[in-house]
Amino acid sequence: MEEIKTIKVTIDNISIDVAPGTTILNAARLIGGEVAPPAMCYYSSLEGSGGKCRTCLVEVAAGSTADPRPMPKLVASCRTNVMDGMVVKNITSDRVLDARKGVVEFLLINHPLDCPICDQAGECDLQDLSYDHGTEGTRYAFARRTFVKEDIGPYIQLHMTRCILCYRCVYVANQLTNERMHGIVDRGDHAAISTYISRAIDNDFSGNMIDVCPVGALTDRTFRFKNRVWFTKPMDAHRDCENPECCGKVTLWLRGEEVFRVTTRNDQWGEVQRFDGKAGWICNTCRFDKKETKDWVIEGLTTISRHSVIGANKYKILEMPKETIANVMHGRDPRLIMDIHSVSGVNEPGMDLSDINRPATSTDFEQHPQPKN
Amino acid sequence: MQALTNRVKTVSRKPMNFLERLYIPAIIQGMIITFSHIFKKNPTISYPEQTRPFSPVFRGLQILNRDEEGRENCTACGLCAVACPAEAITMEAAERQPGEEHLYREEKYAARYEINMLRCIFCGLCEEACPKDAIYLSETFTPADYQRKKFIYNKQELLIPHPKEDPEAYKKALGNRAKQQDSDTKN
Repeated sequence: MEEIKTIKVTIDNISIDVAPGTTILNAARLIGGEVAPPAMCYYSSLEGSGGKCRTCLVEVAAGSTADPRPMPKLVASCRTNVMDGMVVKNITSDRVLDARKGVVEFLLINHPLDCPICDQAGECDLQDLSYDHGTEGTRYAFARRTFVKEDIGPYIQLHMTRCILCYRCVYVANQLTNERMHGIVDRGDHAAISTYISRAIDNDFSGNMIDVCPVGALTDRTFRFKNRVWFTKPMDAHRDCENPECCGKVTLWLRGEEVFRVTTRNDQWGEVQRFDGKAGWICNTCRFDKKETKDWVIEGLTTISRHSVIGANKYKILEMPKETIANVMHGRDPRLIMDIHSVSGVNEPGMDLSDINRPATSTDFEQHPQPKN
Repeated sequence: MQALTNRVKTVSRKPMNFLERLYIPAIIQGMIITFSHIFKKNPTISYPEQTRPFSPVFRGLQILNRDEEGRENCTACGLCAVACPAEAITMEAAERQPGEEHLYREEKYAARYEINMLRCIFCGLCEEACPKDAIYLSETFTPADYQRKKFIYNKQELLIPHPKEDPEAYKKALGNRAKQQDSDTKN
């Protein structure tokens, strides 16, 4: 049997053997933990992605065994392949940390910082990145670039103001839909995702753009303002989708029995999980139309990083424990001191926000007047 | 047994003498202490006519703030609810429609906002968590009531009076701390 040739690379003083042709970023991800550089634009399941955001910059202290000279500039680790005997410095290099701080500052220059409104808050890559690598204040005193928000199709809302131009959604439209029909128009400060994207909305897999977007530029319109991400409970679930291309394995974001949102199942790097070597993209039917728990076979609670706010205040049990009082009290139920629904207007039994296929408005709430004290 | 502290006093078991058995001197001694308090400063006040000043860090009933034009500050971002250790705060958000700009400051607002005062422990973490200057713990007590349901405060009960429609009540709701801030900025 032919021996598979591997090459040795050292990242932050940790050595690992990888296959030739691996990028520094993927080699670092094999080591895992803090060694892996953050990535805003690179997406392993999208061909050709990467090299845009510059957050994954690393220092190459020695090029290879054959040529041990260091690379003069920091390199984008998602686009640089490893060489045998390469020595890479990521978090051990002050230059890298300083450069990354600068990159975060540039990414946030035009960002509106409207996290209290944004539906992405809590699972936003830019939020995590700026907490980890950014500075607290801004030095930018000029007017920020603004765009008018638009609905691209009934399901997706585009907030161009929040966009960091990572091109991930362009690759989704390019690789998951049949025709290439959109890109980024204009240059520099005026660069914007073109409205051609709305034509790609017809395609069954356009909803995956929402999941690949590292910021809140593309958000699910059926979930818009319904709930904060960290109040919903993520559950792994699957169904037999009629679409042969659709993976059918998803994460449901539940609140009680209500399915507020359906997304692809993500791995520890925030990217779509791969099943049998295929990326687990899901179709729009699974994502937008199956908002009932009975449509799905629930497998269990999604594992959430313990540092994430999404894991806060969640119970791990799948089934509610049985009421014991009635058994002990010869079938008599405990006396209810107050039924919260008789007073509270929140989570009213007659009103399912998840059933409304657009953001809730004042008229929706007027139809269900609040109970009076 | 060895005493744990040096404040321990051993009880005297010796029989009382004649003067002590009379009890009268002891009663007079006690009365002197009692009546001397008539001439001391009164520690109580006649509430509610008189009130004591609150400490600057007093944390009372929550109030939902409005801006100068009377628009609600709250955007239902949920940070108060996730910060709340007692899980007393619940809310539901809605999207602002064209024509509602005078009511809500931003495109998202809290259509329903409730604080369960039976749960609230007045820790003030909601005020600390709020990025929109929308929730404050005021200088008011939560009124007592006989019914539990009176303690579920909805948005209308929590909102500060409108600064333009009802400027007097608005000023009163701002309380002493706001007055202090005014004089601070003037100086």
